Amino acid sequence: MSMAVSITGTGAVSSAGWGVAAMMNALESAKHPQPTTIERMLDGRGVSTHVLRVPTEGASVPKFSRLRRSSPISKFAAAAVAEALGETRTQRVAAGELRVGVIFTLLNGCVNYSNRFFGEVLTDPAMASPILFPETVFNAPSSHLSAMLGSRAPNDSLISDASGFLTGIDLAIEWLERGDVDGCLVVCSEEIDWLSAEGLLLYSRDHLPSEGAAAVYLEKSEGPVRVLRLPDPVSHAFHDRVEAATMLRKDLAAEDDGETWLIDSRSGIAKADAPEDAAWADWRGVKWSPKMLLGESMGASGGLQCVAAVEAVRKGLCRNAVVAIGGGNQQAAGMTIGG
Amino acid sequence: MAYSSDSPTLSPHRRVVVSGAGVISPMGRDYHENAAGFREGRSAFRPVTLFDVSRQRVGTAGQADVPERCDRVTARDWRRMDRGSRLAFLAAREAMADAGLSGGRMPLVIGTSAAAMPIGEEYYKQALVSRESRARQFARVETYQAQRQMTAMARLLGIDGPLRIVSNACASGANAIGQAFHLVRSGRADCVLAGGYDALCQLVFAGFDTLQALSVSGIPRPFDAARDGLALGEGAGFVVVESAASAKARGARVIAEILGYGAATDVHHLTQPHPDGDAALATMQAACAMAGLAPEQIDHINSHGTGTPLNDVAEGRAIQRWAGDAVGAVKVSSTKSAIGHLLGGAGAVESVICLMTLDGQWLPASLNVRQADEVCTFDLVREPREARVSRALTNSFGFGGANATLIFGKEGGE
Repeated sequence: MSMAVSITGTGAVSSAGWGVAAMMNALESAKHPQPTTIERMLDGRGVSTHVLRVPTEGASVPKFSRLRRSSPISKFAAAAVAEALGETRTQRVAAGELRVGVIFTLLNGCVNYSNRFFGEVLTDPAMASPILFPETVFNAPSSHLSAMLGSRAPNDSLISDASGFLTGIDLAIEWLERGDVDGCLVVCSEEIDWLSAEGLLLYSRDHLPSEGAAAVYLEKSEGPVRVLRLPDPVSHAFHDRVEAATMLRKDLAAEDDGETWLIDSRSGIAKADAPEDAAWADWRGVKWSPKMLLGESMGASGGLQCVAAVEAVRKGLCRNAVVAIGGGNQQAAGMTIGG
Repeated sequence: MAYSSDSPTLSPHRRVVVSGAGVISPMGRDYHENAAGFREGRSAFRPVTLFDVSRQRVGTAGQADVPERCDRVTARDWRRMDRGSRLAFLAAREAMADAGLSGGRMPLVIGTSAAAMPIGEEYYKQALVSRESRARQFARVETYQAQRQMTAMARLLGIDGPLRIVSNACASGANAIGQAFHLVRSGRADCVLAGGYDALCQLVFAGFDTLQALSVSGIPRPFDAARDGLALGEGAGFVVVESAASAKARGARVIAEILGYGAATDVHHLTQPHPDGDAALATMQAACAMAGLAPEQIDHINSHGTGTPLNDVAEGRAIQRWAGDAVGAVKVSSTKSAIGHLLGGAGAVESVICLMTLDGQWLPASLNVRQADEVCTFDLVREPREARVSRALTNSFGFGGANATLIFGKEGGE
């Protein structure tokens, strides 16, 4: 007997704004968010880095005591989770009627506090803030989410490149299959500061560093947006990025039927996009590349792709959607969803 | 691992065994050196030489002896690995060799908390002073990333399969083995390499120091009435988790059976456990329920036992509640008293120590206890001793409320 798993909730915080609607408006209208700059002094000269930040206007961070001292990564994640779960389910979790697991995927983590804390340590360890350090731990944001929901159900944080969001969905399906949880949130979130933004530009000066969060809620049901196929990712251990992207396409077995959209991880930088360009060169259907608009939000970008795919199916823009994530230095991963 | 909406639901009832184990810790470079050290009750703390601790309150830790070169690994590959990944590689390679495996298609599930933080620290220091040496900074950014390091490790081990890196703070290693257990138990995989690692680094060392969680004397005394904190350590533990059928089919030696696993989330506080150990109790009960065991059937607990005032009393309360009237017979040790807290590596290394006790029929000690805390209504093992050990339980609890319990059984035991 097979088990149907559906995605019945989505949440997003992106450079386009707070909420899924803001992101979808930007993608559908191809409207580029406005870059800003991060400035710092180095060797007596100003260093300026163009970035796409999450706008402060329209912020919808849930009210929860732990979030007061947390950095943006946790606040973005909390907003995305609140949107994906919705009010009714949130109340049911709080009442102990719904066991909701949390799987948090990330690459960078809490760079703002790590930057500040290590700076304080180098200056004078005796004066380094004990409040900052716990927030630098990779699973601190994830812990805040379970605490915010009042959920004692399983909670895992996974480190990965942008493809890790799909590893999170794979783990969520496992939990649902075993009955460990009634539903599961898969969340990703990233924040930027000068340190991480400059680090990204070492890969290509054309990158536009960004930040944000995405969340999907999965449950066992025959909903309108089901997970149809989630093949094993293709590791970069033995396959270069072109080979991995090509193998992934084969494993996804996606039909190019005109009713299926491809939501890929291309960023508009030729060298970075080459593997996916090659693997999907003959795809005739619609291709959507959220990163081209929203910027490179690293661990969060794979989740934003997934949310865009779910919404494209939900809105009837396509019947099925294929999510393909080239991955940076771990694996290529993909998923097919639809009705 | 792979999912398709039209594939059948898998059955979660396969027997799961450990067919290979490897470990490196401050106690020794491999399984046998570690087993000998714990069997003798040795302590392995020394002055930290990896970074400047002159302005910290504490200057010692469980610093491991990591070789400068590694046989069958090129100097270039070894140089690109951070200290933690070197620890992981050495333990993982030992586990694979112990299992009689030389790579192949299998998933990897790996736990870490600090990952390659020392490289991140170097990147940060360099970024503060100059924009020169772009290539070197790029190399630091790239090799700082745990998934890049572990993908490289997979290549060196000849393993081509999905990689999961679990980062649940101090429970990461135990969670990684627990996840591997479930993958095999459910039939999603026949064989998984799983473990955990972490190396000492300045940011984390200073972090625990700012929280005043480190023992100022440098001598951790878990479960002592006057304990004053933990000592940090570094190391890695890896196991090959395999279905009993697969191990039998290829004639592999079975070290132990994994009988149960429990995971839960403590939402009490970001860095403090619930004072009554609610989540710890939940994971111990869940693991026992899965194993079909009562508390009196557990022969030994390798506790989380950090030596901090709050952790030990919470865990002690959980053990009391879990065991009930049988608590007096429950034997408990903290091996962190000998090697320190290995953070993301702790749960995995302590799992391997459980395998040693099952194999050797002895119990490791909680060292340095002068007067036991009043919460110790259980049998606190203060010196190594010979004992009949058929089933061993290990607890791991982390920042953020990640709690995990694993139970191992001697193959062919009752």
